[in-house]
Parts: sequence; structure tokens; C-alpha cells
Amino acid sequence: MLEVNGLTKSYGKLTAVSGVSFRADRGETIGLLGPNGAGKTTTVSIIAGLLRPDSGEVLIEGKRVQSDTDPVKLQIGIVPQDMALYEQLTAHDNLTFFAALYSLAGAKAKQAIDDALNLVALSDRAGDKVKTFSGGMKRRLNLAAALLHDPQILLLDEPTVGVDPQSRNAIFDNLETLKKRGKTLIYTTHYMEEAERLCDRIVIIDHGKMIANDTLQGLHKLLPVTNIIAIALDHPDGFKPEQILTLAEVKSAALEQDQGTLRVGVHDLSRGAPVVLRWLAENGHSYHHVSSEQPNLETVFLTLTGRSLRDSK
Amino acid sequence: MIPFLALIRKDLKLFFNDRKAVIVGLLVPILLASFFGYLFGGQGGNAETSKVPVLVIDQDGSDISRSLIAQLAGDKYLDVKPSTLDAAREAVRKGKATAAIVIPKDFGKDAGHALFSGANETGAGKPELGLLYDPSHNTELGMVKGILSGAVMQAVSKEMFTGRSGREVVDESLARVQNDTHLPAEDRKALRDLLGGVRELNERRDREGASGQTELSGGLTMPYETREEAITSGRDVQYNGYAHAFGGMGVQFILFMGLDVGIALLTLRQSGLWQRLRAAPLSRTMLLGSRTVSASVIAGFILLVLFSFARVVFGVRILGSFAGFVGVCAAFSLMTAAFGLMVAALGETVEATRGYAIMATLIMVMLGGAWVPTFVFPAWLRKLTVVVPTRWAMDGLDGMTWRGLGFSSAIVPIGVLLAFTLLFGAVAVMRFRWSTE
Repeated sequence: MLEVNGLTKSYGKLTAVSGVSFRADRGETIGLLGPNGAGKTTTVSIIAGLLRPDSGEVLIEGKRVQSDTDPVKLQIGIVPQDMALYEQLTAHDNLTFFAALYSLAGAKAKQAIDDALNLVALSDRAGDKVKTFSGGMKRRLNLAAALLHDPQILLLDEPTVGVDPQSRNAIFDNLETLKKRGKTLIYTTHYMEEAERLCDRIVIIDHGKMIANDTLQGLHKLLPVTNIIAIALDHPDGFKPEQILTLAEVKSAALEQDQGTLRVGVHDLSRGAPVVLRWLAENGHSYHHVSSEQPNLETVFLTLTGRSLRDSK
Repeated sequence: MIPFLALIRKDLKLFFNDRKAVIVGLLVPILLASFFGYLFGGQGGNAETSKVPVLVIDQDGSDISRSLIAQLAGDKYLDVKPSTLDAAREAVRKGKATAAIVIPKDFGKDAGHALFSGANETGAGKPELGLLYDPSHNTELGMVKGILSGAVMQAVSKEMFTGRSGREVVDESLARVQNDTHLPAEDRKALRDLLGGVRELNERRDREGASGQTELSGGLTMPYETREEAITSGRDVQYNGYAHAFGGMGVQFILFMGLDVGIALLTLRQSGLWQRLRAAPLSRTMLLGSRTVSASVIAGFILLVLFSFARVVFGVRILGSFAGFVGVCAAFSLMTAAFGLMVAALGETVEATRGYAIMATLIMVMLGGAWVPTFVFPAWLRKLTVVVPTRWAMDGLDGMTWRGLGFSSAIVPIGVLLAFTLLFGAVAVMRFRWSTE
């Protein structure tokens, strides 16, 4: 459905995107994950035909976008990061206008507008001016505007920025509905929870370079550990985590000094946990809470780049 | 066609949806045009003008000086008040009076002598009238000097030919002529006849005045009067200053509208809306073309409202070719839209562009004669205005409204405005940055 091959784009000395490649099939959701300024929006802009790459190509159903009026563009719907709506117009007027950009008029346009408004649950506010909408409602209308011409590929550039959790969930529900309808979604975000919830495959981009492209499970396999045992020590002062690294089952160990929590990485939880707890007891380290957790995309990003996803620039 | 019309309809909807902005955008040019129209002649071109404040310091106290002051006070263009020298200097310095006329001691006697001999009694040349003036009012100064010349001639000649001091001067001059042995005999005879004739005339008028038969002469007056006729579209058609004012303000505010179109496009380029528009299968010609058409429609609407108001309230009529008027309006509207696109194409940031574009707009408006007529410009500047599109818009609008010219006179303005449209449009298309990078 969508093939992105070796995209590169530079602005002077700054390389915004360097060799990004991935493919997305019908009904698949691809997450472009990376910190702000990683090159996600540039990648989406190139796919939408807004930017011309220095090298590389984008193929939609095997075809490149040749011109501004290329019918291939009908296959794409874009939900820009910035709100792309006319605040002074009503929701219905906005959608009528955006439908007309794709030559939709009359009954076809009406049907498309009704469907889009129904999907995002804004039918009852169709006659209201957008400036009276909440942030979440605007985000939902922003999504609806991209669906009017029934595109096969939907480019979603951080579509939940600045919305409350309830609206975010509503948008997620809308996207899951679209996914079930077989739409291909390209979803950029720097929220790992969103990528984990929505995406079949995740492309991690940092400083314009693609550093991973895999399923969530595949990305987890990149990690040196698959489980972490979190142990709240009674007396963390003086505890040296490297002591526990002598155990064969233990792959990593770190002590969070402020909370006194020891985090021990193991491959096999059922074998590693008893060994670790016994070692602590034998060496006189008592504890009051034990839990296990799986590494998330934050951990993956940290492992791949040495930096935190949220703090990266 | 559906997208093209939708793009235009959307622009018009956005414009008319902001009702306050529309009302203010129409009200301001109407108010300014009404004000300027009143200043520049109003209906019939005979709006009341304010009188020039002039102070007079009479250090002479003669019949001539009193007569002179009376003459000046009677002039419809002057507001004459008596003053002292120090007070007058202070008033002129502070701008409370435009000029002050100082009539020095013995002015009357000396002026009388100077009328016949070109010098005063002692032969030391002509007497001087002091004229203190405010240098920021040079135009009025010329008028004051003209009025003063006429008044002095009338006051002095009247006194010389019919007044008491005039008779003394005639007697003295006659005696001097008779006793002047150096004077050629023929000249002496001629002067004696002239002065004797004046004395005889005065004696006869005294007799007739005593018997109430005739009034005394008013002295020398200007030997002509002017018959003024404003050349407009027809003999019975009066000049309407509001026509030019409404054209000027229309041009100015439509240019500002064009500027807004450019700034809005610059802002749009930085927004998600631009991404959405560019992602749609729309040609660049359609995106820029629709904006040109919508801006032209809005410009046409503004001109329509302004001239409709001027027609109803101030009686402004299109006395020339209506087709020419529509043509000039349409060409100017297109030029404005292209100007807006060029602003968007050349602009870097919204803030910087706004500053440069406002400056360019104001210069175009000023040089186009929308504020003040171009005849007040120096000659080199008048020549320069041919490269300013607004000058052609003003020429066209003036020609088709109060000048009452035919369509042929609109062809050149329309042609020049369309040429500017093409030029600005070409620059816009070549320099427009389509990418959002």
C-alpha cells in the first residue's frame, strides 16, 4: 500500500531525515516514534507530497506522486499537527469546504460529511462555529476533515497534542474504528503509550535517522532483559547493586536512591526471581515490597539511544 | 471547478463572517472620504474656507492707514484684528496669527508722495510696510500679500485723489513743479496740467459733494474682475470634491485589504491549513488564482459600497463612461489582489513583511494622489508617479466620475493597471515558496 524508501531531506547543514524506509500494508498502523525534532513531521510531509525529498521515494500502490494534481493524492488524508480548521466557520461549513477540495459536492458531500461527523461524534455540533469548540472537539473535527474523501492512507501527525485524556481516548476509538475498516494509518507521536496501544509496527526515529523498525514484541527483543524485578529495600543505604551482578541470572541492577528501590533485570522471571530474593535474605537485606514489570518503549529508546524519549531534543 | 469555487466562497465567507471588521473596514474610509471631500471643495466646490488670521499694527494713525485697515478687514479671506508690535510678534511666533502687517509712522504721507514721484517727501525712496509671517504658512502669505497690494493701492490713491492729505500733497507737488527750473519746459507743463487737473477735480467734487449731487470716488481700483468657471463634465455640472475623496480613500483601503490578503497567506503558509490545502489535488494556479479572484471580489464590493454611499449622501455621480468606471475598478481590484500575493511571496516573517508592506502601501497611496492632489508635488515627483499604479487608478476614477470622460480615457489606466497586475502576479508566482520547510 505505502512504501517509503530511503527518504533523505536536508535544510542546509541540518539533516532532517536520513535514509528513512518502511512499508505499510492495508489495515496496518505504523507508529513513527521519536522525540520532538526527530524528523517525524518532515517524513509525513514528504509522504503527503508537501515536501520534495533530496533522495528516496514514496510509493502509493506502487505509484509516485508526480504533480500537485496527481490523482494518487486522493489516496492520502492528512491530519496536521496544527489545527487545520477555520475557526470562524461552522463545523459543517469547514467540512463542506474540505470536501469540495476533493470535488465532492451535493449528495456525495452530504453523505461524507454526515459519516465523518458521526464517526467523531460531533453531529449535534455541526452548526456551531469551531471557535466555540473545546480543544478535544477541535482535534476530533480535525480528524474528520481528513476522512471526507475516504482516503486509504491516513497520515496523523501527533493528533492528540494538547487534549484531555477523555478526548484522547475518543480519538483512539475513532482510529481503531478506521483500522477495522482497513485504513492504513501512519501515526507520529512522542507518547510511547499511544504507540504501544495503537501501532502494529513502530519506526523509531532520532535525529532524522531510523534506529528501529519492528513490532512491539520485536522491539522488546532488542533489550538485554525481558523482565525487571523491582524490590523496595528496608535499608538501601550502603547497598551496592554491583554485588548482585555476580549472580548468573542477573543481567542488570540499579538502585534508585531516593525511593530505595532496587531494579534487577533478568531474562527468565520464574528462575531469576527466587535466586535474587534468596541472595538478599542470605546477605541480610530485608525488603517490604516486590513487583515485576516489563520494559516499555521508553526503555527501548533509552537502550537504543542512551537518552530518555521524553527528555530528548 | 468545484474546488476553485469552494476556495473563493470560503474566502468570501471568512471576510463577511467577521461583521465588525467589515463594518469598520467600510466605515473608516467613508468617514475619511467625507472629511477630505468636504475639505477639497465639497458639493459644488464652494465649501466655506476658514479666514486667515492677520494682525495689524497701525503706527501711523493717518487717514490712509485707517482706510487701509478698513479695506483689509472687509476682505472675505482675512480675519483682521488690531494689535501692538510685541503682541503681534508673539502671536505669529505661537501660530495664533498667520501674518502681522506693520504700518509705520508717516506711511500715509510717504506713500502719497511715492505714488506720484516714486519716493517719499525727502526723496529717500518708497515707504515700507512691515510684514511678519509664520514660515509654515507660505501659501497663505502669498494670498495676504496679494490682498494687501490691492488694498494699499486703493487706500492711497483714494486719499491722494480725493482726501485732505492728498490735496496738500497735490498743492505741494504743484508748487515744487512750478519752481523747479531744472525740469524741461514740456515736462513741467505736463505735470502742471496733471496736478492742476487733479486740484480742479477735487474742487469740483467738493462743490458737488456739498450740494449732495455725487459721491466721492473710491480711488484707484483693480481695472478688471475675474469670471471663474470650474471645468467639469458639463456646463451645468458642478465639481464634487467628494468624488475624488471617495476614490482616494477607496484606493487606500482596498490596498490595505490587498495587504491583508498577503499577510493572511503568509500566516496560512505556517499553519496546518496550508498542509491540508497542499495535500489536496489542487494546482498552484488554482490556489493562487482563487485567492486573486476572491480578493478582487472583495475589493469590488468595497468600491461599490463606497461609491453607493457617496452617490446617495453626497450626490457623487459617474459622469463619464460607466463601463470605463467598472473597468478601472476591476483592473484596480485585480492589481490589488496581485499586490497581496506578491507581498506573500516576498515576505519572510509576518511581522517584518507587515512593516515593509505598510510602508510600500502608504507610499503608493501618497504618490498616487489619494491624499492630496499630485499638483502640489514638485515636477520631478509628478513625473515619478507614472510608475505608481495608484496614480493610474486615481486618474481613471477621477476621469470616469467628476471629469466625465469617455471610455477611451479609461483605456490607458486600465491597461497600465492590468500590466501591473501581470508584473506583480509574475513576481508572486516566481517567488512564492510552496514548501512549508
